[in-house]
Amino acid sequence: MNSNLPTTFWGWIPFLFHEYLPMFVKGAAITFYISVIGTLMGLIIGLLAGIIQTIPVEIKDNPFKKALLCITKSLLKVYIEFFRGTPMMVQAMIVYYGLMQVFQIDLSSMAAGLLVVSINTGAYMAETVRGGIISIDEGQTEAAKALGMTHFRTMYSIVLPQAFRNIIPQIGNNLITNIKDTSVLSAIAVPELFLAGKSASTTYFRYFEVYFIICIVYLTMTLTVSRLLRMLENILDGPSSYELAEEFQEEITADLKETFII
Amino acid sequence: METNTILEINHLVKSFGDNEVLKDIDFSTKKGDVICIIGSSGSGKSTLLRCINMLESPTSGEILHKGNNINETALKLNEYRSKVGMVFQSFNLFNNMTVLENCMIGVTTVRKKDRVYARIVAMRYLKKVGMAAYINAKPHQLSGGQKQRVAIARALAMEPEMILFDEPTSALDPEMVGEVLTVMKTLAKEGMTMIVVTHEMAFARDVSTRVVFMDNGLIAEEGPPEQIFATPQNDRTKEFLARFISS
Ligand SMILES: Nc1ncnc2c1ncn2[C@@H]1O[C@H](COP(=O)(O)OP(=O)(O)O)[C@@H](O)[C@H]1O
Ligand SMILES: [Mg+2]
Repeated sequence: MNSNLPTTFWGWIPFLFHEYLPMFVKGAAITFYISVIGTLMGLIIGLLAGIIQTIPVEIKDNPFKKALLCITKSLLKVYIEFFRGTPMMVQAMIVYYGLMQVFQIDLSSMAAGLLVVSINTGAYMAETVRGGIISIDEGQTEAAKALGMTHFRTMYSIVLPQAFRNIIPQIGNNLITNIKDTSVLSAIAVPELFLAGKSASTTYFRYFEVYFIICIVYLTMTLTVSRLLRMLENILDGPSSYELAEEFQEEITADLKETFII
Repeated sequence: METNTILEINHLVKSFGDNEVLKDIDFSTKKGDVICIIGSSGSGKSTLLRCINMLESPTSGEILHKGNNINETALKLNEYRSKVGMVFQSFNLFNNMTVLENCMIGVTTVRKKDRVYARIVAMRYLKKVGMAAYINAKPHQLSGGQKQRVAIARALAMEPEMILFDEPTSALDPEMVGEVLTVMKTLAKEGMTMIVVTHEMAFARDVSTRVVFMDNGLIAEEGPPEQIFATPQNDRTKEFLARFISS
């Protein structure tokens, strides 16, 4: 064996880090890419599913519309239960090999990975979004109805903005889960961070050192993401105080005086 | 039918399952009416208002808006609702919007006016309720009385034919009741058609043109305020008023 090799744990870490830096960077980039894009796609799927699931069925609707809505909602339930109730690694196998064997669609492992993460996240997001929507108090929806606003208008302008704000922490959780769980995509040979670690560890058989590095990289990614999300929340919350509109400052005192004399 | 009748309700019945909450209500509103609906809790006052703007669909009976059955005619439901404003006990302001946006959203999305026009209308009515200085505030930054005044401005910005009020001061701290009632008095004086469910008997006596007493899903008695408060005919009305005056 090469006598220049390190002998201690703290010797191996910089050695391996230096030797495999490009591989780790590439792995981390792929992990980050699949997690972020997968979470965004999942969010879009979840929004659509959540919106469809909360469309009210009204007595006066025509039977065709009612039936269509009913069937769509049932299919969505099946989708959600299936993807929440099975491991993502199994889903990855089924999508990757299933598409290949049954439909002769030869997806690259990257594309298959992205697809699996997206639909898996979509199933979780669908429930998150639905919960976010029904947590907005009925009173605001009724007020919008009383103004004559349509259901979709009310959703777009009033319910979804508030629901979205409320579910940001859960979207963050999903993103963090995805950063960690993309590691299962190594099973279909997606060259993400975990697989990079696996390859790196076999050359010198330094498993502990390599996975220690990998662990730090995962932690750096997840911590960064939660910081960024916290910042986004603060931005969306806006200023905590308001300014009185200046042109009316004098009027307001007059108004109030008038108002309180009954 | 007189041309200035806005609303006519015939044989309105509303049941929730087996529970018949409204039993054969007949009722009509002319332009300029200020009708106060009084009655004990659970007598169906809110349900009646909610049926009037179709937040609940009636089990049977008809609601005629200027002679057109709102369940049958081509008049779109949302167009009808835009003409009948509603002010809720719990304000129900849109929490994600500023005071100004709350008053503009109906004007732009339902009345289909541009933002410049919507802003002018919203400002006009926010001034009227004394809330023009607060246009940049969000609902959670306001007191109950201020919220309710914004809710009234939001209804007014639709320039409706009439406004329904469901216990607009019941959720307010006592010291804020006055500011909301003052706004409502002003509207009544200016000729706004209003149906007001309220427990504020002084308001009913001084401001309304007609008082309706509801009891157990029926209109037990109605008439001018002088008559209802001074010489009620129905025993249930007497009982109800006696309880209010003693308390
Ligand atoms: N959505 C509903 N489902 C079932 N019962 C209801 C509903 N809304 C109102 N009720 C019932 O109808 C009755 C009248 O209610 P309401 O109109 O709110 O009375 P009020 O406003 O006069 O206090 C009550 O007994 C109430 O429990
Ligand atoms: Mg009520």
